[in-house]
Amino acid sequence: MSTVTASQTSPGVRARTHVVDPATAVARARPHTTLSETVSQTLFMAWRSLKKMRRNPEQFFDVTLQPLLFTAMFAYIFGGAISGNVKSYLPLLIPGIVAQTVLTTCMSTGVQLREDMEKGVFDRFKALPIARIAPLAGPMVADLVRYLIAAGLTFLMGVIIGYRPGGGAAGVLGAIVLAIFTGWAIAWIFTFIGTIARNARSVQGISMLFLFPLTFLSNAFVPVRTLPGALAAFVRVNPVSHLVSASRDLANHGVISGEVGWTLLAGLAVIAIFAPLSVYSYKRHI
Amino acid sequence: MTTASVSATGLVKAFGEVRAVDSVDLEVQQGEIFGVLGPNGAGKTTMLRMLATLLPIDAGQARVFGVDVAREPHRVRQLVGVTGQYASVDEDLTATENLWLFGRLQGLRSADARATATDLLAQFGLEEAANKPLSQFSGGMRRRLDLAASLISRPPLIFLDEPTTGLDPRTRGQMWDTIRGLVADGCTIMLTTQYLDEADQLADRIAVIDHGRKVAQGTPDELKTSVGSSTLQLQLADGADHDLARQVVWRVVGRAPVLTPESGRMNVPLETADVAGDVLIGLRQAGVTIVSVSVAKPTLDEVFLALTGHDTGDAAQSDESSPDEPLVEAR
Repeated sequence: MSTVTASQTSPGVRARTHVVDPATAVARARPHTTLSETVSQTLFMAWRSLKKMRRNPEQFFDVTLQPLLFTAMFAYIFGGAISGNVKSYLPLLIPGIVAQTVLTTCMSTGVQLREDMEKGVFDRFKALPIARIAPLAGPMVADLVRYLIAAGLTFLMGVIIGYRPGGGAAGVLGAIVLAIFTGWAIAWIFTFIGTIARNARSVQGISMLFLFPLTFLSNAFVPVRTLPGALAAFVRVNPVSHLVSASRDLANHGVISGEVGWTLLAGLAVIAIFAPLSVYSYKRHI
Repeated sequence: MTTASVSATGLVKAFGEVRAVDSVDLEVQQGEIFGVLGPNGAGKTTMLRMLATLLPIDAGQARVFGVDVAREPHRVRQLVGVTGQYASVDEDLTATENLWLFGRLQGLRSADARATATDLLAQFGLEEAANKPLSQFSGGMRRRLDLAASLISRPPLIFLDEPTTGLDPRTRGQMWDTIRGLVADGCTIMLTTQYLDEADQLADRIAVIDHGRKVAQGTPDELKTSVGSSTLQLQLADGADHDLARQVVWRVVGRAPVLTPESGRMNVPLETADVAGDVLIGLRQAGVTIVSVSVAKPTLDEVFLALTGHDTGDAAQSDESSPDEPLVEAR
């Protein structure tokens, strides 16, 4: 920008020339952000979130402790009862835990967004000529790191206690990528809740209401055939069940099954509904 | 040829039953400092937020350099800088990181964003604190950083919401200098304030807002004339000759003082504060003894009383942070 150089010549002393010209500024002002501007603005907002994560490492507690603890706990508590022994329960359990931790991580996306929005800096983001979606999508892009840690650590913990994925490294990688995608998609639901809720605590409350049925009323921890009729019906349509089945096919057998397609479709549908809703609500309420 | 920086007609914002801003018309010329004066809750901030696209406009129309605020908010955002009452900077980032991020978000290249950040931090005397966490910043430093953040894209119009509320007198003076500097650079400033003194010092024109309505508009001089000027408050000694005192005052200022005989208090309206000396000399020559003297400037309360017939109803006006204090106090 030409105006920058004008004041650069004498740092500390304000340039007393007329460096601001309204007519030029009006002529230069464009009516919309372009797609590439939107993408780069989202990435800068992600940069901001990553900086904040690095300065507040306690934010990583949930994505590190939960996979480690839950994997070991569930394996040793339910392993014998459900599959006869721990080792044969692991192929069933690990993809389930991956889905569960990724979903829990989604919830904190909404809670943290709400906390963030209450700070003064969001007023500036609103006043800046940037895409309205950037302040919402930026933190979500940064959260990809958290999903990666959560999913990766779960598999690692599984391998440590004896899980040997039949799909090999490629299968496991596929399952991780699918889990990250689904997590990112479902995070839009919690982002939407973040934009409509009164405060961070109510985001947490509302989110729990969705989260518990989604994770526990799925095939994540127990085989569907052991469930009573009505429950089994819900579990079969639950998108989390599709993610879990797809992950099992990928990690345990190295197979890209139809479940992968259903999972992707469900994820895209969630984004298509909740991303516009979130932006709309962000524009209106805050 | 020059379009008004801000031109608003019939601006309305309603929160439920309450009309926070009620049919306000405004016209801010290019290159002027336009002050919006009013007590807390008068609707100043709401008005500013509407003009800055931060709040939807319920009725009426607003244009910024001819661009419709409601219809083309994205273009308006490229023309205005906003500095709110509460610092809108990121607490978890350093000052440099904040400015760099805001620069990048507005399309500056990385090197340019860094140069602009360095430059602005120097201009605002923050270079030493550039890489410190914001938690170590004082209120004044935050306010300066916030203003710096509004200037990155060099917007031709800057909204300042109570830019000096809560600042000490020295920092307030610095902020005033900065604001004058911006105007010298070609910016238009629209600022809100609760302080008549501040509006007086800075603004070319002032709109007085009360209960969401514009109750007066004019230059600071025009407004002050409507209120009267300074008042000399005297406490006469016991047994002083009140009639004699009254005669002296009449001879010197050509106006009758307001006397409260029971307490021996006498208020003398003054054209200018320096006539106070003449009154005191006159009283001394006549042998009238005085216990205490003070000269008070008209306060925002008095402006309001004169303009609206009711006071501001705002306790903050009378506390020690208000600049509308007596100029001289001798005892």
